[in-house]
Amino acid sequence: MAEQRKAVALISGGLDSMLAAKVVMEQGVEVEGVNFFTGFCVEGHTHAIRKKDRAKPKRNNALWVAEQLGIKLHIIDVIDEYKDVLLNPKHGYGSNMNPCLDCKVFMVKKAMKLFVDETFMESHGFDFIVTGEVIGQRPKSQRKATMPVIARESTAEDLLLRPLCARHLPETRPEREGWVNREALYDFHGRNRKPQMALAEQFGFSDWAQPAGGCCFLTDENYSKKLVDLWRARGEREYELDDIMLLKVGRHVRPADRFKLIIGREDGENQFLSGYKYRFTSLQTTSHPGPLCLIDGNPSSADLEFGARIVARYSQGRSADRVKVTIERPDGTGEVLDVTPLPANEIPDRWHV
Amino acid sequence: MSPRFLPTRFPTAGMCEEPLASLDARGLLCPLPVIRTQDRVKTLQNGDVLEVVATDPGVLHDIPAWCRVNGHECLHAEQEGRDYRVRLRVKR
Repeated sequence: MAEQRKAVALISGGLDSMLAAKVVMEQGVEVEGVNFFTGFCVEGHTHAIRKKDRAKPKRNNALWVAEQLGIKLHIIDVIDEYKDVLLNPKHGYGSNMNPCLDCKVFMVKKAMKLFVDETFMESHGFDFIVTGEVIGQRPKSQRKATMPVIARESTAEDLLLRPLCARHLPETRPEREGWVNREALYDFHGRNRKPQMALAEQFGFSDWAQPAGGCCFLTDENYSKKLVDLWRARGEREYELDDIMLLKVGRHVRPADRFKLIIGREDGENQFLSGYKYRFTSLQTTSHPGPLCLIDGNPSSADLEFGARIVARYSQGRSADRVKVTIERPDGTGEVLDVTPLPANEIPDRWHV
Repeated sequence: MSPRFLPTRFPTAGMCEEPLASLDARGLLCPLPVIRTQDRVKTLQNGDVLEVVATDPGVLHDIPAWCRVNGHECLHAEQEGRDYRVRLRVKR
């Protein structure tokens, strides 16, 4: 009887990686999943913040996929290590701030180190790595020319199997050794999703996450603009987890490089932002219903008063003569300002990040 | 047993067990509470009970899902004031 082979599959939470894992499972390979959390990941809970997105599933998509497949899932925090990938991508960025090729190299390499290469901290006894890559699917990272780059730079070499497009690629070791049957792998290519849909139906999958632009906020143009604005205003390309989480929510208004207002657009965002009052000075109207606003940067007293006028403009007191706005600092101290709401025409478009 | 651990709803057979270990994941957003839970469970033995306290309501869904996926037993998951408490038993 042939030896039971074991693979670690990169699980993003989307359809392709789910199918790729399932394809090798169908060939009798034991599979466990790994999901890397960079801080930029798009998943169900991020969407659940806003009311318009409440209908979307409130779930961690990678966990959900693992449950559908019946496999174990290791979720790995790579927030700090990922900074170097984002800040210094050897292969550059895609159409926005997405370093997709470097990202894929990083993740496969990380999976190699954690799960396959026995010279590193812990061996889980995996024989090879599986990804859901499809040639031509992504203009930056998933091209025929980049497939060998990922295999080589990640050090996975021929232990990296892409079951969905394997028949367009040179044989890998799992195929040569007969761990998997190449003829039962696929030859998908391009951006057409119909083959994946058909395979999903064949496997009985009727539900999967379909985040626009993939599973990463860095592919989003508006998000990328906010990230670039943050770096420019701070004068350095650096970030903490809280910074990048806050770029996902609220109306960002920057009257000056030294400070920015993050204004909740609805109750869900106000609630989310309130969780950051321990770190940021916040503004909230008290005489009229209005949003919660966090101030990022180093505002002067005059900036805070100006910010209060902007927040008043986004409150239900926008037409009132005077609006009371409470300032609360992270240490719990604060004061109440009595301000005139700033007229809409005094908030230029260029302030909206 | 400390009164603060007394559940108010959905009693299960496992809830009466005193947790051997606790994890404070307050202030973290999903999936970080799940990752911290996963890392903590690695240090525990078969049968140990871990209680996780978090402020992200996502843990009520994600930690039970993580338990199902990885073969651990979720004993209890519910909101308690502003916190969310999830208790699990490690299975090896």
